[in-house]
Amino acid sequence: MNFDYSEEQQLLTQSVRQFLTKEYTFAARQAIIESDQGYSEQVWTTFAEMGLLGLPFASEVGGFGGNAVDLMPVMEAIGDGLIVEPYLASVGLGGQFIARGGSQAQQQEILTALISGRCKLAFAQTERQARYNLAHVACRAEKTADGYRLEGEKCVVLHAPCADKLIVSTRTAGRTTDADGISLFIVDPSAPGVTLTPYRTIDNLRAADVRFAGTVVPADALIGPEGQALSLIEAVVDYATALVCAEAVGAMQFANDTTLEYLKTRQQFGVPIGSFQALQHRMVEMTIIAEQAKSMACLACVKADSADADERRRTISAAKIHIADACRHISQEAVQLHGGMGMTEELKVSHTFRRLTMIAQTFGDADHHLERFAACE
Amino acid sequence: MDLNYSPEEMAFRDEVRAWLKDNLPDELRDKVVNYEELTKEDLLRWQKITAERGWGAPDWPEEWGGTNWTIVQRHIFEEECGYAGCPPRIPFGVSMCAPVLHKFGTQEQKQRFLPGMYNGDIFWCQGYSEPGSGSDLASLKTSAVREGDSFVVNGQKIWTTWAQHADWIFCLVRTSADFPKRQQGISFLLMDMNTPGISIRPLMLMDGGHEVNEVFFDDVRVPAENLIHEENDGWTVAKYLLGYERLGTGNTGASKREVLRLKELAAQQSKNGKPLIDDPRFRDRLSRVEVELMALEITNLRFLDQMRGGRAPGAEVSLLKIRGTEIQQALTELMLEAVGPLAQPFQSLHATDFDQQTASIAPRYCNYRKTSIYAGSNEIQRNIIAKASLGL
Repeated sequence: MNFDYSEEQQLLTQSVRQFLTKEYTFAARQAIIESDQGYSEQVWTTFAEMGLLGLPFASEVGGFGGNAVDLMPVMEAIGDGLIVEPYLASVGLGGQFIARGGSQAQQQEILTALISGRCKLAFAQTERQARYNLAHVACRAEKTADGYRLEGEKCVVLHAPCADKLIVSTRTAGRTTDADGISLFIVDPSAPGVTLTPYRTIDNLRAADVRFAGTVVPADALIGPEGQALSLIEAVVDYATALVCAEAVGAMQFANDTTLEYLKTRQQFGVPIGSFQALQHRMVEMTIIAEQAKSMACLACVKADSADADERRRTISAAKIHIADACRHISQEAVQLHGGMGMTEELKVSHTFRRLTMIAQTFGDADHHLERFAACE
Repeated sequence: MDLNYSPEEMAFRDEVRAWLKDNLPDELRDKVVNYEELTKEDLLRWQKITAERGWGAPDWPEEWGGTNWTIVQRHIFEEECGYAGCPPRIPFGVSMCAPVLHKFGTQEQKQRFLPGMYNGDIFWCQGYSEPGSGSDLASLKTSAVREGDSFVVNGQKIWTTWAQHADWIFCLVRTSADFPKRQQGISFLLMDMNTPGISIRPLMLMDGGHEVNEVFFDDVRVPAENLIHEENDGWTVAKYLLGYERLGTGNTGASKREVLRLKELAAQQSKNGKPLIDDPRFRDRLSRVEVELMALEITNLRFLDQMRGGRAPGAEVSLLKIRGTEIQQALTELMLEAVGPLAQPFQSLHATDFDQQTASIAPRYCNYRKTSIYAGSNEIQRNIIAKASLGL
């Protein structure tokens, strides 16, 4: 038993934190989210130079062979700094599909480019009626003579506007919610028949609804065997869920730190408001919840790659239940204890509030995971 | 990061498990898991059994019988005992008075009192709270006036757990009112419960159980040699002890056992023709408690990991107390609700055919309200975290 990060993990964390403190200040972030692209190419290049983009991938493609625990401190830093670059989408989702299910050629081509900062990925999965059911895939791919033709729509594809490749879940057989018959494709968003409707999300990420109208992809765009993608999707989404739990821990830690600081400095009735027991006990509750959430994120990251799929499902769902509840509680309390200032665009805590609000229901809200957790018995 | 115990720790856990399997008497285990009241003999018997194995007081110094276990081994032992359904360790001697003796006692005092605690020969209780001094302990009034070689004690203690069983009591008493601060002038005094002038009145609780008492002191003459540490500096002792009192209040091992029991119970009860455990409303509430318990287990291990270097337990112990007791209470509440209308029967008026097991659920729910009140109420624990961890 050992909860310390290894020396390499600590060094990496240090350099990420240093970079974020120096270069990714709140003002710098404001400029990034207001820019046309909504992310910084320069930051992305720096991530590549720091080795962050290759962290979980095999050395054969230029990666460092790290596990989810190695990504944990990076995700915490991303949560703390509210990084809007597509790290989770590229490294935690898109790249994972290629690394786990892709052919040698796909791995060489896409992962090498991803690791060097030349390829950003987005995962096109959600559909309007799908909610959090990963098997709900209506978007179809019909086999043609030399490939597949895609027809259908995906919504809220995070980071699709900047993505060089989309990883798209489609149905090659069966009915909309069947477990069998789901296939994954690598799709170029600039290909004919792909239409993006881009927008800004409430937490200042960029996303798009994506329509495929007769989009033709070659046969080698298929990831893994045709019609068998669901278990891969589930494993990768569980992995990304563990990572987003770690991101939440970083964001909650910031929310708590900044709220505590506010309680100590904001004066009313001639004293710091932190001297009031009503507020002290609420701050303590936030602290306890953050400690417990950190524990669940550790557990989730340790089990994210577990060979035992049942254990993985049960642990990831348990973590997400806890993190979802914690995100709601801490974000709401952080704003409340800041008073009106907590509502404003100019204070970072309101941005953290929005990110935590969305993380609470990313990859399934508490209710979704309560159902899954109970089914794991 | 590695959440697993080391091979040595796993081997140790197996050793403890095997030993508990062979040495925890069935009748003691049954009483514990069925929430029956334990007698003085039951409680002392378990202390004697652990003492015979050399595990009677793991955290004591080795020369007095300590096991020299690592902090992780101690945790494993407590967890396994809780999970197996062992009687609670009588905390007042081995876990509370003893650390004080080790730290503040004279060699003579140690020799006089420690072996009786270790071997389960002497039953101790704690005289801290008074009718007017609960959370505000330093306002205590029970007086001890020096007369030659003795103190003469007058006053009253309350909430004295198991005073009816106790052979000895350790007390905080006021030996002087002549100091500017109320924390000064307090002393830590040991008394034989058979001393003339001590009387006990039971405080029956709403579950029908007799755990706590009022203890009255009427001109009780106590030899001055029973004073621990310096006269009037007992508050130092009290503060030292409070840290120990909260250790181990997380009780995750016992709560894990209760989760299993609750699942069994909810599987037996039916709602609309289906097992209650399959009712999403009930199941969600149970799941949330399970998840909180999973988190607490890891949090507990994280703190142990931090304390491995020998750092003393700090305010984080308060977190374990708060969440641990909240979980215990939530589990008793879910059990109460699991049995629905059958939670009402309490005491049989005829000797035949009465479901004592189900009838023990509501009293236990009532009894467990104590957990967020005792050992420093959960509000006091929040004050501690606010001050010590957050600097508020």
